[in-house]
Amino acid sequence: MNLLLLFRLAWRNVLRNRRRSLVLLVTISFGLWAMLFFAAFIRGWNEDTTQNAIDTLTGHLQVHAPDYLDDPSVDHSMRGPSTELRALLKGPEVLAWDSRVRVPAVVMSERETSGVTLVGIDPGRESKLSFIGHSIKAGRQLKDAQDHGIILGRKLADRLDTELGKRVVVMSQGADHSVCDRGFRVVGIFDADRSSTEMAFVFVGRSTAQSMLKMNDEISEISVKLRDAQRLDGFLAHARRAAPELDVQPWTTLQPMVLAMVALGKAWIWIFYLVMYIAMAFGLINTLLMAVAERTREFGLLQALGMRPRLILEQVLAESSLLLAAGVVLGGLLAAGSLALLHGGIDFSHLAQGAEMWGMSKVIHPTLRAWDLISAVLFIVVLALVASVYPALRAARKVPIEALTRG
Amino acid sequence: MSSGLGLRLARRNLWRNPRRTILTFSAIAFATAILVFMIAFQQGGYRAMIESAIGVFTGHLQVQVAGYHDNPRLSEYFEDASALEARIAKLSGVKAVAARGESYALLSSSSRTHGAAVVGVEPEHEPQLSTLPKSIREGRFLSGNHSDEAVVGMTLAKNLSLSLGDTLTLLGQGNEGSLAAATLTVVGIFQSGEPELDRSTMEMPLGTFQEVFSIPDGAHSIAVRTANLDQVDRVTRSISAALSGRPKLVVLPWQDLLEGLKQGITLDATVGWFLYAVLVFVVTFSILNTFLMAVLERTHEFGVLLALGTRPNYLGRVVMTESIMLLLLGLLVGLGLGCAVTLLTGQHGLAFSGSEELLTRWNLPSRIYPRLNLLSLTVGPAVIFVVTFIAALFPLVRIRRLRPVDAMKAV
Repeated sequence: MNLLLLFRLAWRNVLRNRRRSLVLLVTISFGLWAMLFFAAFIRGWNEDTTQNAIDTLTGHLQVHAPDYLDDPSVDHSMRGPSTELRALLKGPEVLAWDSRVRVPAVVMSERETSGVTLVGIDPGRESKLSFIGHSIKAGRQLKDAQDHGIILGRKLADRLDTELGKRVVVMSQGADHSVCDRGFRVVGIFDADRSSTEMAFVFVGRSTAQSMLKMNDEISEISVKLRDAQRLDGFLAHARRAAPELDVQPWTTLQPMVLAMVALGKAWIWIFYLVMYIAMAFGLINTLLMAVAERTREFGLLQALGMRPRLILEQVLAESSLLLAAGVVLGGLLAAGSLALLHGGIDFSHLAQGAEMWGMSKVIHPTLRAWDLISAVLFIVVLALVASVYPALRAARKVPIEALTRG
Repeated sequence: MSSGLGLRLARRNLWRNPRRTILTFSAIAFATAILVFMIAFQQGGYRAMIESAIGVFTGHLQVQVAGYHDNPRLSEYFEDASALEARIAKLSGVKAVAARGESYALLSSSSRTHGAAVVGVEPEHEPQLSTLPKSIREGRFLSGNHSDEAVVGMTLAKNLSLSLGDTLTLLGQGNEGSLAAATLTVVGIFQSGEPELDRSTMEMPLGTFQEVFSIPDGAHSIAVRTANLDQVDRVTRSISAALSGRPKLVVLPWQDLLEGLKQGITLDATVGWFLYAVLVFVVTFSILNTFLMAVLERTHEFGVLLALGTRPNYLGRVVMTESIMLLLLGLLVGLGLGCAVTLLTGQHGLAFSGSEELLTRWNLPSRIYPRLNLLSLTVGPAVIFVVTFIAALFPLVRIRRLRPVDAMKAV
């Protein structure tokens, strides 16, 4: 029997009991839709979270003095990039980089006091590097590294009961161990995805910070964003060679929580796949068993006429493949449709603090990657064919006489 | 025909095709068991998150000046802390109380300076409310209410290069613009398990705090512990009633104090319900075919019965009895299986090796104990019963449409 005939027979059998086939089709396509949708949700969550972590000052990699990460104080500052490192940073692989001052500090308004991280930046370099380049919602961005103004997060400004144009005092420890303080005028207010970010950072010009903290031209960190995140490992090796005396770390070690979340999300996808698959398998096996049982006579006759059991097995498998294929296409279309509807993302703003607790962004953009689609489809198809083997074997194993005399 | 006969017929029909019955029944049992276990696991996890989050510092509820929680300011304190505290402690359902003053100040060691949250606590009451005094890794907790002592978080101590016995200088703003300054001795270093507290918190005796920040007998919050989580609503109401003469004070249960935690749980539960709904739907469609087949393959038989004068209603009842027997059996076994797995894992808890850091951040202990309660035992089975029951009704429509003569012609 050729393949075409095999599938034509199988197709007729699928159509023989339309209602039953339809129920199975709904089961498979809905199941696949749920799997793809969930995978896209987790993937979107992971990617939004990763992007957020990278944008919140981390970059793809950072360079520090050896002890800075352990104890982020002004004592562990370093000189600006060496000629060698600077050459690498100016290379084609780098999208943007900035050298920053980043030290713990206290900010005081006339009324309130709060602990923050004081970040001295070169605003021009941050525009493509971190969120602060595009998050000023009131007032203005710092003009340059010499700017005398300060930018606060919205939540911090509220907490300090201060506003644009008012003055705040920043206190921190200087390089000479004295307590340095300096007044700044609030020139800008930024909004961030997370309120903890709005509370955590205040931004001033780098040179201003250096002179306030008596650091000369020393800096705390260099943050780098690459054009292609995939080439991080190679670039990391170059950077370590260019600056052997410094601590060069990728975002994956700087933000271990994000990495752990991604791993956890992936584990959940597979657990869900498995549960969904088992639920679908019951329906698939049962339906195929029925289809086989009601054709016992037919199979017996075919065998008595000399058809080999193998062909009967193939016929049942062909039937289940057809149903599967239809289910996969329909499920895929459903997933594509529902994801297109959710193009703007799923908004969890009403649960913003809860999202923050789980390390999520407020808005999740479900994203279906080719690999997720392929793995879900392969997972269903392979396992469903395995599940069809049992009914198919039962059909093929019938002894002709017994089958013919029944019913 | 009597209903006893109907039952017997239904039972026999069920075993006419044992393989199909077993598969259908397994599908129902599988879904039920998963729902029972997952909901128990969620409930256990949430409970652990709440207990551990409120146990470290917050308490089950707090009395504060209205507005202080959203915008904590030194000036928003109440002036009769000790009297108020004594009054609340006497109310029924209140297990422990502790008054606290909170502010922010610059802390300096001999070589370093850092900003930190400064909390004034009563050395006598605090250990009954917060696990922080028990998490002292070096040294001891504060001794007297007016001593010049301080305990600092592990990370903060490291960042300030402080060790036991070192002197710590506090500099901040006191009430009404006064200067708050003090020199304290570090007597203990704590590691609470909450990175944020360990990095940015210093505790000192409340009496000393009141002097330094110029708020005589003042406090910003009175934290209250109740017997357990279920008591929180009742105790919140009774304290509110007792404080009705003080319109400026509010009683905030943990849900209001730790809004992020509450929302986080809502969010997780939402995703959970979505997944459960999907599972129930797929399982229902998986077994819908079985119900359909139970009627289809007996078209001929039903035709004969109808021709003999059996009423369609009776046939419907027999088929329905069949489906419900199958359903209940699946539900019972699923429930038993779900309970067994839950109790088994509940005994020793489920450990998540390798994700301790994540779990700490979410206030989860490294082991989660799935928790059987009314919710986890009933919601899953009830939903599955209702939905599959509706699915079982579909074949009945077909029986009503059967015409005896045509039906008998069917094979």
